[in-house]
Amino acid sequence: MGRKLLFDKAHIEGIRYYDVYRANGGYGSAEKALKSMSPEQVLDEVKKSGLRGRGGAGFPTGMKWSFIAKPEGVPRYLVCNADESEPGTFKDRYLMEFIPHLLIEGLLISSYTLGCNSCYIYIRGEYAWIPDILEEAIADAKKNGWLGKNIQGTGFDLEIYVQRGAGAYICGEETALIESLEGKRGNPRIKPPFPAVKGLWDCPTVVNNVETLATVVPILRIGGEEYAKYGTGKSTGTKLISACGNINKPGVYEIEMNISVEEFIYSDEYCGGIPNGKRLKACIPGGSSVPILPANLLLKTAKGEPRMMTYESLSDGGFATGTMLGSGGFIVLDEDQCIVKNTLTFARFYHHESCGQCSPCREGTGWMKRVLLNIENGKGKMSDIDLLWDIQRKIEGNTICPLGDAAAWPVAAAIRHFRDEFEWHVLHPEEATKRNYGLAHYADPLEIAAPAAV
Amino acid sequence: MAEEKKLFKVKIDNISVEVEPGTTILNAARKIGGDIVPPAMCYYSKLQGSGGKCRTCLVKVSKGSDADPRPMPKLVASCRTTVMDGMEVANITSPEVLDARKGVVEFLLLNHPLDCPVCDQAGECHLQDLSYEHGADSTRYEFKRRTFDRVDIGDKIQLHMTRCILCYRCVFTADQLTEKREHGVLGRGEAAEIGTYIQQSLDNNFIGNVIDVCPVGALTDKTFRFKNRVWFLKPVDAHRECHDPKCCGKTVLWMRGDEIFRVTARKDKYGEVEEWICDTCRFDKKEAKDWIIEGPRQIERQSVISQGHYVGVHKPKDPLVDVLDGRQPKLLLDIHNISEVNKPNVDLSKIQGPAHSDDFNKK
Repeated sequence: MGRKLLFDKAHIEGIRYYDVYRANGGYGSAEKALKSMSPEQVLDEVKKSGLRGRGGAGFPTGMKWSFIAKPEGVPRYLVCNADESEPGTFKDRYLMEFIPHLLIEGLLISSYTLGCNSCYIYIRGEYAWIPDILEEAIADAKKNGWLGKNIQGTGFDLEIYVQRGAGAYICGEETALIESLEGKRGNPRIKPPFPAVKGLWDCPTVVNNVETLATVVPILRIGGEEYAKYGTGKSTGTKLISACGNINKPGVYEIEMNISVEEFIYSDEYCGGIPNGKRLKACIPGGSSVPILPANLLLKTAKGEPRMMTYESLSDGGFATGTMLGSGGFIVLDEDQCIVKNTLTFARFYHHESCGQCSPCREGTGWMKRVLLNIENGKGKMSDIDLLWDIQRKIEGNTICPLGDAAAWPVAAAIRHFRDEFEWHVLHPEEATKRNYGLAHYADPLEIAAPAAV
Repeated sequence: MAEEKKLFKVKIDNISVEVEPGTTILNAARKIGGDIVPPAMCYYSKLQGSGGKCRTCLVKVSKGSDADPRPMPKLVASCRTTVMDGMEVANITSPEVLDARKGVVEFLLLNHPLDCPVCDQAGECHLQDLSYEHGADSTRYEFKRRTFDRVDIGDKIQLHMTRCILCYRCVFTADQLTEKREHGVLGRGEAAEIGTYIQQSLDNNFIGNVIDVCPVGALTDKTFRFKNRVWFLKPVDAHRECHDPKCCGKTVLWMRGDEIFRVTARKDKYGEVEEWICDTCRFDKKEAKDWIIEGPRQIERQSVISQGHYVGVHKPKDPLVDVLDGRQPKLLLDIHNISEVNKPNVDLSKIQGPAHSDDFNKK
């Protein structure tokens, strides 16, 4: 059994409610932080823990917090990004639904560290039932003196507000989220200035993912140095992975970042293997926007080492032979799945969710979708594959926000690793509508490149 | 001078310039001028918050600053990135930038209708200039271009949403110049459009300036619609005493003979308005007697418009006055008195199909 830090008490009945949560040691970390530590000491613990942002980018949280500007007389804000809309990612939902007090405690500690007196949870509109759960938890916490004025007699004030979004993927981008929170159209802002200097209502703001903020609680409970002993190297601690696709046991798993991808897919503790005796074809290990990998590159890196569930190992080899841990939306595809169709599904999603502010993303995402639709429907040409490559190349890196990159990467990776399948679709349009390309050579062991001769 | 401001040294395409801290790369390039100025479709120096959206002004920062010489990882929008001391920027010397810009122009033209032959903006359109300089010969897009439902925004301004490149300039103009913004961007992604939500006409004073800021033919002057091509008209500088305190009264009249076809604000060489004008000057003063004419205006920006200036040309003298020797001309014969054809009471446009002699016999 892997060690757990966030879900260690998730099995206890009624952990959703304040009394049970408190009886099981809840708010202990907050008590420790508020009563016996200064904000600088808490920040120090978070820095020592090596915690990295769990929303996808993996930026060190302690460093992000230390960037926040602290001008006199200007309020600071903490915003919790619960706008989890990436296809394949649903880890925050579980956390907020079943252990809401863990998030609230994390928000309390983080706000204390940053010196914020108001905190916002911006939650995805489609999670319609969760704001009620959160608001009930906030009311309970307030009743017991963990929120409001003069928390537990320490003189620290904090209010937490829950704000529902209207169902736009782009509002998960931190500046678009801030715009939306201000009541405007959810368009990403042009950076700089960064939110740490000018964020919500032009005040310094920190935007963090739900899981990141909740992780602050176990860090304070066991201490930053102890936390850093979990995991491997720079990927410290545990990570929530939402596994879905062709696996026996889809769901949200907390893993310590020291297991291999193979173990995660095939062990009974986690995904439990692929149903009906099918073979693994490909996997998207971090939510729809990260590059897709064929089975042979997924289980072993280009150097022949086993691939681990860590930030470093998954991105080993760059985008040429690697991918990213991303937000932890682990999508598994078996041999019956069609990569072209899968890529089309993602392209359609990004086309639908593009905000339309900057031209490469507004026009390019729709173009890619239409070209992919042609290939999928048997109307593709060989030149379309190179055209797709050229379009994604011209979107990537040239847009205001990372949505353009997120739209380009899946298409780029699919062509890079599965070009045969695209070509087969173009050359056999009749057959492609009736059957799939199958596993082909995508699980064959790769030749390990010899070290370059000097 | 109490204290001398420290100037930042910047190198753009290996040309050095010294600018004040806080200047953007684009404005530093404009200070140098010439070929190395990145094109800008959405940035407008007079509108706060504009820029960053069209991505045509992307440049490569090959050296961040003297203090931190690392290059920036991605191409940056030069209109919104401020300079640092010692920064080195590559624009036309970087193949990467030119390639990205070509891509952006292709994206901008992807759904553009290319109806320049019937577009009133043709001849003074920034997208035309941009595609001429950076565009490809033909499109690789094989699909139907997007269309929109027609939205009527009043009797002064004509909206053609299909031509729009969503630069947001008109939105900023309405926000910053008029009393109330009545229009905005509705919808998202490809379906985003300029609209008024509940159909309203745009008639707040100063809203006419959206015509001047629009880089393409999406917002054009309805009072000038299909009246003439801009390159047939002669732009002349003129001014009038305007009672509106916010209006400068300095305009350009677009004339043919003595007739004023339209009035616009004066634009500099980057196509930006020098000073805003009010709607009375723009739409209601269309007679030569309303204006004090200063002289012909030179229009730059690769335009043929100024080719129509013939300096020092005099209007030919009417010889009839001399021939008649002071007498007034007299009507010798009214054609209608002897001919059944061409009766003034027959309206030719009301005749169905080709005209026939029967049409004129009717009493």
